[in-house]
Amino acid sequence: MRRAGPVIVVLLAIIVVWYAAAIGMNAPWQTTLNTRANLTDVPFTEFALQTWAQDRPVLPAPHQVVGEIWNATVALELTSKRSLAYHGWITLSSTLLGFVLGTALGVVLAVFIVHNEAANRSLMPWIIASQTIPILAIAPMVVVGLGSVGITGTVPRALISMYLSFFPVVVGMVKGLRSPESIQLDLMHTYDASPWQTFWKLRWPAAMPILFASMKVGIAISLVGAVVSELSNAAGGGLGVRLLTGSYNGQTIQIWAALFIAAALAAILVMIVGAAERMVNARMGVRPA
Amino acid sequence: MTSVVSATNLGLTFKTNDGDVVALSDVNLTIEKGEFVSFIGPSGCGKTTFLRTIADLERPTSGSLTINGQAPERARKDRAYGYVFQAPALYPWRTIEKNVALPLEIMGYTSAQQAERVKRTMDLVNLAGFEKKYPWQLSGGMQQRASIARALSFDADLLLMDEPFGALDEIVRDHLNSELLKLWDRTGKTICFVTHSIPEAVYLSTKIVVMSPRPGRVTDVIESDLPGERPLDIRETPEFLAIAARVRDGLRAGHSYEEAL
Repeated sequence: MRRAGPVIVVLLAIIVVWYAAAIGMNAPWQTTLNTRANLTDVPFTEFALQTWAQDRPVLPAPHQVVGEIWNATVALELTSKRSLAYHGWITLSSTLLGFVLGTALGVVLAVFIVHNEAANRSLMPWIIASQTIPILAIAPMVVVGLGSVGITGTVPRALISMYLSFFPVVVGMVKGLRSPESIQLDLMHTYDASPWQTFWKLRWPAAMPILFASMKVGIAISLVGAVVSELSNAAGGGLGVRLLTGSYNGQTIQIWAALFIAAALAAILVMIVGAAERMVNARMGVRPA
Repeated sequence: MTSVVSATNLGLTFKTNDGDVVALSDVNLTIEKGEFVSFIGPSGCGKTTFLRTIADLERPTSGSLTINGQAPERARKDRAYGYVFQAPALYPWRTIEKNVALPLEIMGYTSAQQAERVKRTMDLVNLAGFEKKYPWQLSGGMQQRASIARALSFDADLLLMDEPFGALDEIVRDHLNSELLKLWDRTGKTICFVTHSIPEAVYLSTKIVVMSPRPGRVTDVIESDLPGERPLDIRETPEFLAIAARVRDGLRAGHSYEEAL
């Protein structure tokens, strides 16, 4: 409980600042509304309450966002097109598929780079170049292009997630697989170990800490990739689509609710990777920090 | 009977960006079965390089070298030697017994054979009871003992040790030195031991090879006539001090500090 105290204090501070900011940012529009309704001399407390209850506020108050999340999840059928749980599931499924594909691709490329000098010299520049292309530019091409040959739904979106998430894994794993010290490798040589044995008994376990660090980054940007890819196909649904339609219609509360769901998803996914890491650490006898 | 190690006019030159570095030049040496041979000399004299050449971790550029009458590569593939490095080089994700079993796994021993050999070698280095510990739970001296157990586990007749106790404090080092002598006596192995401590070399060895740098070469080979039974206080006897003095003379002759300055 001693660790919970500071967290709660910070959280409360954020909420207070947020409510205060909502008054300031929504005040001009509220003043316009009140002038139109010939309301004058509104006391400050009432004015504040008004700014926290607008339909399309510049900055929604926390309770409005929480209310929207409640209404769009628990209070709705799961199959409803307005349900954030429905859209969240669409985003989550392409995030997870993309993450699995991206991690696998990253590991395979790293193994290849570490074991093959030609791959080492030729692949890395392309891998780095791949990440300098704005994902916002490439996502519509992939989604629309694959759609034209009949591949729609989760797979094209997962490919965008994969495109982003393989990068930290390949960079991390190249480093991780090369992390054994020269005497640890010499030792394998004195046993006349095969490359296969050296890989599984030395390089792979040595790379585990970096693999998990990379996967934490990878799963978070995998979610970003999924959301961005959804912007290219509004009919497909997903949290990205809720963000997009929200911004078209000025539904700021809807945007914030979708943002919060996305952030919560990312946090939960990173926590799951962290839990897997702790399990692996315990099995590998890592010294407790 | 063939010698365990036989080097004739052995040379090794490293090609570097700053030009060639002669690590070993014209080394002639034979080591017979059951000998305890120490290599001593200042840094850069090629003692570690020579050990690595025996282990086929480096390739000689001239002369010939045989291990049990075979080429070093053949000997390595026959698992003719166990190698103990300067650092324990234990794999941190393996328990001590799993570390000791590592070469056995690689060499394809059955799990029953592995268990039997792990137990035997862990007893040999006095590490019984620490099987399930991870390396970080052991002191530096115990870690190095585990690495010796690992080198002994597959029962090679030749043990190559590269300053195995260099990083340990003197009290632990004395203790491990006397244990190493007992172990050598019990197993009858041939041991090549690199050090830059004169008392350590004289205390342990039946033969002391004095080396000097630039280029790395052998300047003296001293056969020790100390008795097989060696309590630690043998280091105060006149016989011991005489050999130590000869080693010191050899080092001084091969390595003029004034010249280097």
